[in-house]
Amino acid sequence: MQAFEYASPTTVKEAAALLQNKWGEVDVLAGGTDQLTLMKERLATPSKLVNVKGIKELGGISAGKAGFRIGAAVTLDELMENAEVRKNYPSLVAAARGVSSPQIRNMGTVGGDLCQRPRCWYYRNGFGLLGTKDGKSLIPGGENRYHAILGNSGPAYFVSASSLGPALISLGAKVKLVSASGSREVAADKFFVTPQNENSREIALLPNELLTEILIPREATKNATYELRQKEALDWPLVSASVALKMKGSTVASARVVLGHVAPTPWAASQAEQLLAGKSITESVAEEAGKAALASATPLSQNAYKVQLARVAVKRALLAAASGRA
Amino acid sequence: MPNYSWPPMEKRRLMGKRLERLDGLAKSTGRAKYASDFNAPGMLFGEFLTCPHAHARVTSIDISEAEKLPGVTAVRIIAKPGTEIQWAGAELASVAATSEDIARDAVRKIKVGYEVLPHLVKEDDISKAGTRAKAAGETVTGDLEKAFQEADVTHEGNYGIPVITHCCLEPHGQVIEWKGKEINYRPSTQNVTGVGGDLAKSLQLPATDVHVKMDYIGGGFGSKFAADLWGVESAHLSKASGGKPVKMLLDRRTELTIAGVRPSAFAKIKVSAKKDGTLTGWQSDSWATGGFGGGGSPPLPYVFINIPNQKKNHSAISTNTGGVRAWRAPNHQQATYLTCCALEDLAAKLKMDPVELFAKNADFTARPEVYRSQLKKASELMDWGKKWHQRGDSGTGPIKRGLGLAIATWGGGGHNSQCRAVIHPDGAIDIELCSQDLGTGTRTIITQVAAETLGLPMSAINLKIGDNSLPPSGPSGGSTTVGGVSSSTRKATINALEKLYEAVAASLGAKQEELEAVDGRIQVKGQPDKALTWKAACQKLGVKVISEMGQNDQKNPGGLNAQGVGGINMADVEVDTETGIVKMKKFVAVNDCGLVVNPKLAESQIHGGVIMGICSALTEERILDAVTGRVLNADMEFYKLSGIGDIGEIVAYMDISPEHDKRGIVGLGEPSAIAIPAAIANAVANAIGVRVPRIPLTPDRVLAALEGRNA
Repeated sequence: MQAFEYASPTTVKEAAALLQNKWGEVDVLAGGTDQLTLMKERLATPSKLVNVKGIKELGGISAGKAGFRIGAAVTLDELMENAEVRKNYPSLVAAARGVSSPQIRNMGTVGGDLCQRPRCWYYRNGFGLLGTKDGKSLIPGGENRYHAILGNSGPAYFVSASSLGPALISLGAKVKLVSASGSREVAADKFFVTPQNENSREIALLPNELLTEILIPREATKNATYELRQKEALDWPLVSASVALKMKGSTVASARVVLGHVAPTPWAASQAEQLLAGKSITESVAEEAGKAALASATPLSQNAYKVQLARVAVKRALLAAASGRA
Repeated sequence: MPNYSWPPMEKRRLMGKRLERLDGLAKSTGRAKYASDFNAPGMLFGEFLTCPHAHARVTSIDISEAEKLPGVTAVRIIAKPGTEIQWAGAELASVAATSEDIARDAVRKIKVGYEVLPHLVKEDDISKAGTRAKAAGETVTGDLEKAFQEADVTHEGNYGIPVITHCCLEPHGQVIEWKGKEINYRPSTQNVTGVGGDLAKSLQLPATDVHVKMDYIGGGFGSKFAADLWGVESAHLSKASGGKPVKMLLDRRTELTIAGVRPSAFAKIKVSAKKDGTLTGWQSDSWATGGFGGGGSPPLPYVFINIPNQKKNHSAISTNTGGVRAWRAPNHQQATYLTCCALEDLAAKLKMDPVELFAKNADFTARPEVYRSQLKKASELMDWGKKWHQRGDSGTGPIKRGLGLAIATWGGGGHNSQCRAVIHPDGAIDIELCSQDLGTGTRTIITQVAAETLGLPMSAINLKIGDNSLPPSGPSGGSTTVGGVSSSTRKATINALEKLYEAVAASLGAKQEELEAVDGRIQVKGQPDKALTWKAACQKLGVKVISEMGQNDQKNPGGLNAQGVGGINMADVEVDTETGIVKMKKFVAVNDCGLVVNPKLAESQIHGGVIMGICSALTEERILDAVTGRVLNADMEFYKLSGIGDIGEIVAYMDISPEHDKRGIVGLGEPSAIAIPAAIANAVANAIGVRVPRIPLTPDRVLAALEGRNA
């Protein structure tokens, strides 16, 4: 790990003042479950690290009239254990539970889940965010079993590693970003972006901004997340699907269906959303929605199986949401 | 010569009992110290610079910038210009520094020029191996053409098992101090007796200069016998740094890239049988890699060695990847996978229960009766008769259950082991031998044997192992430790007792040969009233200390240990056919290993073997990138090992009976880890109705098989 300066501010204002306008100079440390790994592997070599765990404003979950506010430094475990969250957003609880080690859930934060870097093994082995050698992507002809099946026309083929992102998008959440000069709110689905070159990022956060909180509107939905991974023990999801259904009686008034781990960003499956409007959730409707969600999938040489897995995840997420088990 | 034979089963007080391992508490509380826990004042940290290319020639190497870095005490070139590197991860230079971070920084400052050369890192498709494949030559017995023509049924299939690593939780490495003439060496090793000599040889020193100590090891599985380059380099770094101790443990990426692999094995197999299931012919064309040196040749057909007509070809493929090391039962896991999958497929074609097929053909094995009885026992524990169904006949709905089985054999025997038993005049007892406890319970076993023999409680024994100043014992490999150390301990303690009898016979008014050691007393046989307490007996020694040796006689073990064991494994799995995810429900492992010194530890050994096998069956493989030649999953997140939730129920059954017992002690480390992937793969085939030809049984492979896309 490269030597770095360490700052531990106690307010958002102080923290924001420490950030720089260029990526890579100052990094934020929250749970550290990804950041420290990146630093050990020298994929991140900040000259300064800003610890935000001591900032009280970044903690806490509160439920107001308009909705929920979740502090960015809330741990995944705190999120899962919160009674209000459990009652209203089983989708979020299931997504957090999917982060499959108690150690990571105890340390890892909500903000960190959204800001973590891709797990792509070409990236992690030093071939850059886009996994290239001699200017050519190694991924389409390489070991791409865990890579993108949607939004993968290049140059990015990795999958977004966020577990909470799909759930938050399906719930219509926004994130609050604060810099020294002000703050802005960004819809969760606009927070994730597909980088077009090696030096850009997978999120809309700017290097001088701090993610401070997540805001979820208070809307009654039937929501669920269904994740598929091979192991029960520590493992990354192969695919996940988060759904949120606004109901009118027993039929769906409108639906959000968002896939995780299938594209460089969480992937809103609009075809499935359209198909579900006005329908009751039955096994066959759920199955049709799964097919529709993946209709435009373009798997790579080794990952056609993920298309099938994602269809199943959508189907099972819908059935779970409809039956109230998430 | 005294009678060394084991006490009869019914008379054993400690041997054969389910005693807890003596070091369990130390390990679970962290008091047990491993090589990586050892720290010393002024200790330095060693690091390697490794090669990023799978095949390259070093054209230049410049260490000057690294040497200048403050805190760096030594930098050594391993690969001089002109050196041809044959795999990514190969060591090019080593550095010692006052902290791990400085050592790593220094490594980054070494400049290396390469001429990059073409590489081959994948061997799963032999047609792409070209001249890298070396054929071993054809072996033929009987008339295979005729056998195939006359057979009622033949089956042909392709099967594959990939390269995996040992993935020891404690990586390879050591702390080493080379000061003046002496080397103090604290390695993580399976070979405390021999590893010092191995290091000395590389350093061109007398073996007597190297003092080795190791109390605990965090996994070896066959990969930790030698001093290795990390031992040799650390010694040189220590010397070059004025004799300060140097700690060097491989980081996880290097550990999984160069510290040893289990070779792969792939085969095209054709088998034939009569209508009643009797096997009549076997043909296999197999290939494997164990890295640049080729390597890996599974003995086929496995266990059913006497199938009458056979034709076999095998090719070893040299790849630009880290090299092979013995991996818990070398070649056997591969061999039983290839054999048992083909036989299960044949049974399915015959619509025959594979248990019946295995039992019917047991005469082709070396131990027909043992295997038949083990098949029966395993079936009973699995409730096979009730649960088994014809292949694919697993009902409607996406979740399918299935059963599968596989067979194992192993040698064992006792390695060369010498033990010294010391009885002090105050009654204290030292049992000394330079063995090692790999986590299998060797400490506990030796203590049981010594205490049993001396008629004393376990707590009376002061056991010393893990130090090469003690009497030599063999390396712990090939499941030979328990046989070796139990026999030498038995002999040493009996020899020591004889000396004690000699010293006290007169005071008990009896002859030496009329005495026995029972319940903490030395007494005239069968007469507790004519006795001395252990302490009183020892006091008769005056100032004399008894120190007697015992040695396992490998050529003539005298019934104390033996070779040759078997096992039957059965798996019960659940497959989600919508997702291809396989879940373990139950696993039954029936094993014989002669006289079982501690059934609890034996079962624990089986649990370990089964868990290792489940990883191999479901998740574990080394993934290489063809273009860059690098291992992509040299970490603990994509080199996937199972956790508690992935294991299911394990039923470990030790085949304990007078017939097995009278053979003496046989090791269990290897046989317990052989047949698991084969049994699980067969269970999956039984569940889903089609063969998934290659393991690990990942969702992509299972779904491909279900869709008829067998890769």
